[in-house]
Amino acid sequence: MTDTAFTIPAFMLALPEIWLLTAACAVLLADLFIPDARRALTLWLSVAVILVTAGLVVIGFPDASTTTFEGMFIHDPMSAVLKVGMLVIAAFALLCSRAYLADRGLLKGEYFTLALFSVLGMMVMISAGSFLTVYLGLELLSLSLYAMVALDRDSPIAAEAAMKYFVLGAIASGLLLYGMSLLYGVTGSLDLATVSAAVADGQIARAPLMLALAFVVVGLTFKLGAVPFHMWVPDVYHGAPTSVTLFIGSAPKIAAFALLMRMLVDGLESLHADWQQLLIILSVLSLAIGNIVAIAQTNIKRMLAYSTISHVGFLLLGVLAGTAAGYSASMFYALVYALMAAGGFAMVLLLSRQGFEGDRLDDFRGLNERSPWFAFVMLILMASMAGLPPTVGFFAKVEVLAAVVDVELVWLAVVAVAFSIVGAYYYLRVIKLMYFDQAEDTHALAVGPEFKVALSANGLAVLGLGLFPGLLLGLCAAVFL
Amino acid sequence: MSVESVLFYLFGTILVASALGVITARNPVHGVLLLVLAFFTAAVLWLLLQAEFLAIVLVLVYVGAVMVLFLFVVMMLDVNVARIREGYAKYLPLGIVIALVMAAQIVIVVGAQAFGLEFFPRPEALPADHSNTRALGLLLYTHYVYPFELAAVILLVAIVAAITLTLRHREGTRTQDVSRQVRVKRADRVRLVKMDSDKGEQP
Amino acid sequence: MTELWNSIPAWLQYAVLIAPLMVTLTIVVAMYTLAERRVIGAMQTRIGPNRVGPFGLFQPFADVFKLFFKEVLIPTQANRVLFLIAPLLALVPAFAAWAVLPFDAGVVLADVNAGLLYILALTSMTVYGVIIAGWASNSKYALLGAMRSAAQIVAYEIAMGFALVGVLMAAGSLNLGAIVDAQVGPFWHWYWLPLLPMFLIYFISGVAETNRAPFDVAEGESEIVAGFHVEYSGATFAAFFLAEYMNMILISFLAALLFLGGWHPLAFGIDAVDEVLALVPGTLWLFAKAGFFMFCFLWFRATFPRYRYDQIMRLGWKVFIPITIVWIFVEGFLIYMGWGPWWQ
Repeated sequence: MTDTAFTIPAFMLALPEIWLLTAACAVLLADLFIPDARRALTLWLSVAVILVTAGLVVIGFPDASTTTFEGMFIHDPMSAVLKVGMLVIAAFALLCSRAYLADRGLLKGEYFTLALFSVLGMMVMISAGSFLTVYLGLELLSLSLYAMVALDRDSPIAAEAAMKYFVLGAIASGLLLYGMSLLYGVTGSLDLATVSAAVADGQIARAPLMLALAFVVVGLTFKLGAVPFHMWVPDVYHGAPTSVTLFIGSAPKIAAFALLMRMLVDGLESLHADWQQLLIILSVLSLAIGNIVAIAQTNIKRMLAYSTISHVGFLLLGVLAGTAAGYSASMFYALVYALMAAGGFAMVLLLSRQGFEGDRLDDFRGLNERSPWFAFVMLILMASMAGLPPTVGFFAKVEVLAAVVDVELVWLAVVAVAFSIVGAYYYLRVIKLMYFDQAEDTHALAVGPEFKVALSANGLAVLGLGLFPGLLLGLCAAVFL
Repeated sequence: MSVESVLFYLFGTILVASALGVITARNPVHGVLLLVLAFFTAAVLWLLLQAEFLAIVLVLVYVGAVMVLFLFVVMMLDVNVARIREGYAKYLPLGIVIALVMAAQIVIVVGAQAFGLEFFPRPEALPADHSNTRALGLLLYTHYVYPFELAAVILLVAIVAAITLTLRHREGTRTQDVSRQVRVKRADRVRLVKMDSDKGEQP
Repeated sequence: MTELWNSIPAWLQYAVLIAPLMVTLTIVVAMYTLAERRVIGAMQTRIGPNRVGPFGLFQPFADVFKLFFKEVLIPTQANRVLFLIAPLLALVPAFAAWAVLPFDAGVVLADVNAGLLYILALTSMTVYGVIIAGWASNSKYALLGAMRSAAQIVAYEIAMGFALVGVLMAAGSLNLGAIVDAQVGPFWHWYWLPLLPMFLIYFISGVAETNRAPFDVAEGESEIVAGFHVEYSGATFAAFFLAEYMNMILISFLAALLFLGGWHPLAFGIDAVDEVLALVPGTLWLFAKAGFFMFCFLWFRATFPRYRYDQIMRLGWKVFIPITIVWIFVEGFLIYMGWGPWWQ
């Protein structure tokens, strides 16, 4: 092997990742020397690390797609936009978690270290240019998340959630890996670009390709939580500590979208006709089951979990269109959804206090009396999730539907709209509870100032992006030019 | 048949048989031991492929370390096999059907038409002084340095996660702090008292 | 003669070579047990066995005959198959490891590239004999001993592995012959000096890995009778005994090969002295160096009180492993800088 030429890779392209890894290790060590009473310092450090990473991504914003590390790391505009979105939302998720964690004795340095490593995993996934990095990034993310879910060891429900998450996550990884190994078998390469070229070449027998594709799609949608691979989502969202739910329910969706794009579009675009069929089925099922079952929920974390499933259905719609417009619409949707979901779960944190979870729908009764401002923020978030103008959720849905209609799948768009109307019911129910019901609980809201600022900013962002959607939409469209 | 193929089929049979044993063994300890045997035979098959580094590392890491700890845990557990097997018969027919369908699919797909010898020509014979270890090392630290580092990070996360989930500081347990023991000075423990022997109490 | 040798099939050639090696090893083990009793006797101002044959030389053979004519008892509740396999699992890797061990330049049964890894892999397998014996005996004491042994061996194997990483970095090879040849020269060219922490850790880990005093809690006769082999008698007990001593000798030989220049004669860099010393054959030098370590095993046993179990674990995980990791970095730096006579 000494004869194979090797050039030193362009490390600077991966500077944000390198910084994040170094800083995460530094935080891990620094945390050792921080006394328990001042543990929040670790939180601030972690948030600062994530924001600096986002800054580095912005500084190194690429004009065109380049690769480094032998094609295993892709540095392109799509990855940069997704990374910034993911990092900001991850920072938001950590910022909101202080009071909740402190009340439950979970304010430990490891929580933030694991979060930082999972962020690194997501960045790796977003930039992945080879099956190897796709898988390693995914595992880095998943492993950190499993541990975060299980962090509250005194809670049997969290332990159950962690166990389910771990076992099903491992199965999904196994399926994905099996698909990858079949693809490696028929194409002889792990590199996404090479695989794509080999598949497009048409020299490969169809049977193994189809089986590999099925495994890959199932593995990916398992991770995304699309029906019929959604069973873990409600249990995990419900069982995990709320701050963890906020973390896993928001930023990883952006990474999962990137995963879908890398595997299906970068790697297997020539099989578009085949995976389109699969995604249509998954998407319709997700829209149906997600929206209908959500109506029956009394726990808001479970309700938001089913809402996630339905939003995943929407996300898949744009991707399955297979056009640049569809991809950019899905990308917009993923970013917007992560923002809304982060806000939604943060609202649950807002209601919680020591010894009280505040995760029942009834806990939202009369929120308007307790805090008109946050009731209004929740109003915006729910309206946006339901897809009502002038919030950003409306534009997200419109873009995706337009892309689907463009490829002459009108019936699919009609189905999606129909289920969205069904879904609007349970979002509006929350608004009704907040504004038209009597408050049962009159405790003051026990959250820190940083939480209030962050959540307000989130709500305003949802509203602001709805009023001026052109900026982000333009960015997403420019990525796929 | 050449010696190589005889060895291949011999160890292949042992591998499949021991793997079957792992899932059918009634006693979990037997299951673990059969898994060890399966790993070991897999290592032998790799040796036949001239991948001596991988083979030895498989034995060293999986057989020598991972499975020892596994066995350690399984021996400590009082596994009630009967309870685990509850409902086994009920799901068996369904399980068999699914397994057969999957096996059929795999046989159809992973057959000679896509994975035959014409697609995978026998690699060139390597010179006698070819060192697998060296070749792997060169690749890992150059072409694959990025995934290699990532794998290291995953292991770090696994360590952090395992420690976070299991370390519990209990109150009231008596543990030694060796550095404190070592730091002890004579003055901390021994006090010399000067006593006047004359004024002491007489018996 | 060479023609006759080449005309016989390869497997027969190996059989002809392996048989005397195994017989020699067994005899060395026998003598070693006698030496142990005599040396410890001397250290404790006793005499030790001296009745059977001249200087008690036939004592080990008497012991062996006694053991082989004893009944092999199998406890009623024991797992018969595993109970009988366990001694074999302890013995086979102990013998097999010798295949790659060179006794002089080129005098080796199998000159493989990854010899060091092979030995590490096989020594890591000896633990199965111990664990299975402990479990299959269906006895509390045996199980406790097996558990202690398993945890201890896994812990020290890591430190040992890292120490060996240091050696392979220094020599740039996993082949034992190449490692020895990289140490040619006067005694400060040998790896014990640049790898001093590795050398000490390797040998101490070797003592721990063979469950010898002061790390012999797996046997711990004062608390758990005799640990994992409490239920074994006769030939099965002899197998464990043989395996343990074989491993001790193996560790000694490896220490001599990896850190003390193997078969290279002791040299002081003074030509007149060196020429005289070089007259002694290399194999004898190797045996002398290994003999020193074998003596150390006995010396430790006679000298040190037994470690407590938590102390053993602490030493392995919190002291040895960090030291080896740090020294790997130091060594990498030294190699990069091309320091000393070792990495010119």
